[in-house]
Amino acid sequence: MARVIVDVMLKPEILDPQGQAIARALPRLGFSGVSDVRQGKRFEVEIEGPADEAALSDVRKMAETLLANTVIEDFTVHIES
Amino acid sequence: MSAARVGVVTFPGTLDDQDAARAVRLAGAEAVPLWHAERDLKGVDAVFLPGGFSYGDYLRCGAISRFAPLMEEIVPAARAGLPVLGTCNGFQILCEAHLLPGALTRNQGLHYVCRDQRIRVENADTAWTAEFERGQEIVLPVKHGEGRYVADAETIEALESEGRVVFRYAGGNPNGSLNDIAGITSEAGNVVGLMPHPEHAVEELTGAPSVDGRGFFTSILKNLVNA
Repeated sequence: MARVIVDVMLKPEILDPQGQAIARALPRLGFSGVSDVRQGKRFEVEIEGPADEAALSDVRKMAETLLANTVIEDFTVHIES
Repeated sequence: MSAARVGVVTFPGTLDDQDAARAVRLAGAEAVPLWHAERDLKGVDAVFLPGGFSYGDYLRCGAISRFAPLMEEIVPAARAGLPVLGTCNGFQILCEAHLLPGALTRNQGLHYVCRDQRIRVENADTAWTAEFERGQEIVLPVKHGEGRYVADAETIEALESEGRVVFRYAGGNPNGSLNDIAGITSEAGNVVGLMPHPEHAVEELTGAPSVDGRGFFTSILKNLVNA
């Protein structure tokens, strides 16, 4: 059993109005010094076998096919230690 | 001759399929219900993907519907020239399925927008817009939270230079869509997607702001008769 994490973020050039709304709310709550916030998604994929290269390659394929829309989003894949 | 047959697709969470079927029938065509889980297009002459919240908009709007068994039939048929119209969630599904470029993202103002919207027809040569005139302004309802059309600069440039922006918002952009884009078409002009709802603007009786939506269905009928 292993857990593979897929992080999905809107590409930098894609406007993120949710992140902007969060960034605007922070100073009101007393958090200063924040210049920007971007909001993304995190997927925790539990795999049955070991997190070897074949498994990671499968997860990358899942990310490309379904978890992320690569037209507007980038993703990264890593094993949770 | 027998009436043209327009398939109306229902996914779990589709809302506008009954209005879509009604609009198709009002135009004089036969509305053929198509179920997402079947791999059967039932020999229809055109397909209408209506709006709603298929699969609850989980993950991304249209992301899961795109892999429905029926879509595996629709995608190659559309690439081969079958006329396909997607409105609202249907447009989102067409983008997720890569039948149309770009994507629909969260409205710039973050609010769900529901209003009567002026729209300018920019391309009256597609299978679904031939009964309009270029530059004509129509009024259709919009109702969506994720309708901001985005694509990379190259794609936008290509859409603009090839005349593939079919509809543009007029009198105010409801969602922050790039270049005020409300709807686009495929290279061949058979696939059209737009956020506004022609199927909700076909009858005065329903309190629709216009009956401008009828033009979509008369266009496709004429297209099929002449085909």
